Amino acid sequence: MGGLLRDCALAAFVAAAMALPMLGFRLVDSANGLSLAGRFDLVAWSAGLVFAGRLALGLLPSLPALPALPARLGNLRFGAGWAMAAFAVALPFLPFADRNLVDKATLVLIYVMLGWGLNIVVGLAGLLDLGFVAFYAVGAYSYALLSQTFGLSFWVCLPLAGVMAACFGLVLGFPVLRLRGDYIAIVTMGLGEIIRVILQNWQDVTGGPNGISGIERPSLFGLSFKAVPPDGQTGFAEFFGMDYSADHRVIFLYFLILALALITNLFTLRIRRLPVGRAWEALREDEIACRSLGINPTTVKLSAFALGAMFAGFAGSFFATRQGFISPESFTFIESAVILAIVVLGGMGSQIGIVLAALLLVGLPEWFRELQQYRMLAFGGAMVLIMLWKPAGLLSQRQPTIRLGGAK
Amino acid sequence: MEYFLQQLINGLTLGAIYGLIALGYTMVYSILGMINFAHGTIYMLGAFISLIAFLAATTIGGASVVVALLVALFSTMGFTALWGWTVERIAYRPLRAAPRLAPLISAIGVSIVLQNFTAQAQGARVKPLPPVIQGGFTLMEGDGFTVNLSWMQIIVMVMTLALMAGFTWMITKTSLGRAQRATEQDMKMAALLGIDVDRVISTTFVIGAALAGVAGLMVTLYYGVIDFYIGFLAGIKAFTAAVLGGIGSLPGAMLGGLLIGLIEAFWSGYFSIEYKDVATFGILIMVLVFRPTGLLGRPDVEKI
Repeated sequence: MGGLLRDCALAAFVAAAMALPMLGFRLVDSANGLSLAGRFDLVAWSAGLVFAGRLALGLLPSLPALPALPARLGNLRFGAGWAMAAFAVALPFLPFADRNLVDKATLVLIYVMLGWGLNIVVGLAGLLDLGFVAFYAVGAYSYALLSQTFGLSFWVCLPLAGVMAACFGLVLGFPVLRLRGDYIAIVTMGLGEIIRVILQNWQDVTGGPNGISGIERPSLFGLSFKAVPPDGQTGFAEFFGMDYSADHRVIFLYFLILALALITNLFTLRIRRLPVGRAWEALREDEIACRSLGINPTTVKLSAFALGAMFAGFAGSFFATRQGFISPESFTFIESAVILAIVVLGGMGSQIGIVLAALLLVGLPEWFRELQQYRMLAFGGAMVLIMLWKPAGLLSQRQPTIRLGGAK
Repeated sequence: MEYFLQQLINGLTLGAIYGLIALGYTMVYSILGMINFAHGTIYMLGAFISLIAFLAATTIGGASVVVALLVALFSTMGFTALWGWTVERIAYRPLRAAPRLAPLISAIGVSIVLQNFTAQAQGARVKPLPPVIQGGFTLMEGDGFTVNLSWMQIIVMVMTLALMAGFTWMITKTSLGRAQRATEQDMKMAALLGIDVDRVISTTFVIGAALAGVAGLMVTLYYGVIDFYIGFLAGIKAFTAAVLGGIGSLPGAMLGGLLIGLIEAFWSGYFSIEYKDVATFGILIMVLVFRPTGLLGRPDVEKI
């Protein structure tokens, strides 16, 4: 007990010392330069809080371990996946769903899709990519530029944006091939920043920091979602004999991203069983063994990069068409970090884990938008806490998808 | 020629600052094998703490500039060291046996927390500090273009040299340095031989954070403007410097820092200032592709 109290006092002292410069003083900007204002009550508060927190941690028995998940986990997850998909489809029609909720769900789904795309690179192939947002940006700008210069529709541009992003994935994948481990992270991060700097400065094409605005919205088989459809087009509401409502487009966009995300998911689940998918997982576990078994790491890694990038490109063009406006601001490093965090927190390689992590990391903070200024603070804190709590991710799944001879 | 010389001086000054931050990255990486992503943010904290300490000493304490600078230097080192220690204790130590990616994500989380904490606690606006150490000691040459070597630049370089010398002495001569090198080579064996590995790692973080704090102080004085976001880019560049010099090698970190500083200065001087970051990252990628061990790094022999 005495030891615990000493620990608490020590922790409180450290907290007070840490808080003294950063919280105890506040820099005040005024006409005649900077000055300081004191607010030492905050220092006392933080010391007190840390003391109480440390005491609580020490007094409580260690957190109860989670009950072991049932052995037939595969089936359970399978069922959970279907249930979640069904819920997602039904969501806009549920009584409590309003425009706001559907809009937020759309945002979460963008991150789910990006997470699933990155999962191919990080979770399956084991290549730590910290510049994933570059491909997202390529997809968004491809769609915006193609539709504005050539007047192509969203549905034509979507595959083109995917192909474009995949090509970028191939090109940017090359320097990464010879590297291992954390070097890959730093190089991909550098590449991501390079793309962003180019977007920011190549005024003639990308519009620089002002970005591109007035991006064409998608239509459903030629049915427009505008209040007044352009000449020669029928409005969605008119065609189905409904009153016009702006909600239609929100719900349409929601279903669009849901479909795209589910395609990504299906693709990943399937390709894991193909030779290339198995080669990814093998490469993740042991590159040298792969080489000696005749797997060519170059093609395997590049294919992972290109496919992951392709899905990011799809998500990017969806993002562009949803926002109607894009600028380099949306494609900063922090986005890459968020996507990677979703993959890792979800448990690398687990598709459902990624959905949970996206809900936690993107959905929850959206909910507390009123606390806007503390949002990112809570986000970062959640990242640390989840990692401390479950270092392998929420649902870790590192078993190979396929085993020799179907053995257990 | 004069222009070249001026850029050289500016680049070396900038490079010295990057080098100091890079030391922290390289030490942590060589011992734990992790990218301490929060290190750049610690440097940003150092910049804020030094600004606050300096203002507190001059306005509240009424100290003269020299005394205030010394107060700022030592309190910055002390407080950033404490922050570095705490970050390691809370966010990294519990994850030492975790999968390789866990500490990285945790570090990214810490850096987001610290950035936003600073933005909330001190305001998100840019903080200007009027020049403390007024410019001019020499104009080295005059030929239509004068080359200035300001006092501040001299201070940055001398300070960096002194810290480097002290640091090298510590690593090569003291028992703490020996323990550190042993831990770096083989953590388990070092623990078996009676080295308190946890303490060594804590000390590593403390020293790295203190050095980053000094870098923060110098940036505050040199540029006179700081905000809560400066840590990110400086952190990436310092890591680039560490990799360029060969990660794990202390002289390499310094050399890498100087090179990055020079590249940046010359690129913005002769080409375009917008694309200076592209130049830095481009060089990082080239180095890693053609010489993955960096300039002074040891080749990484892989045993199966």
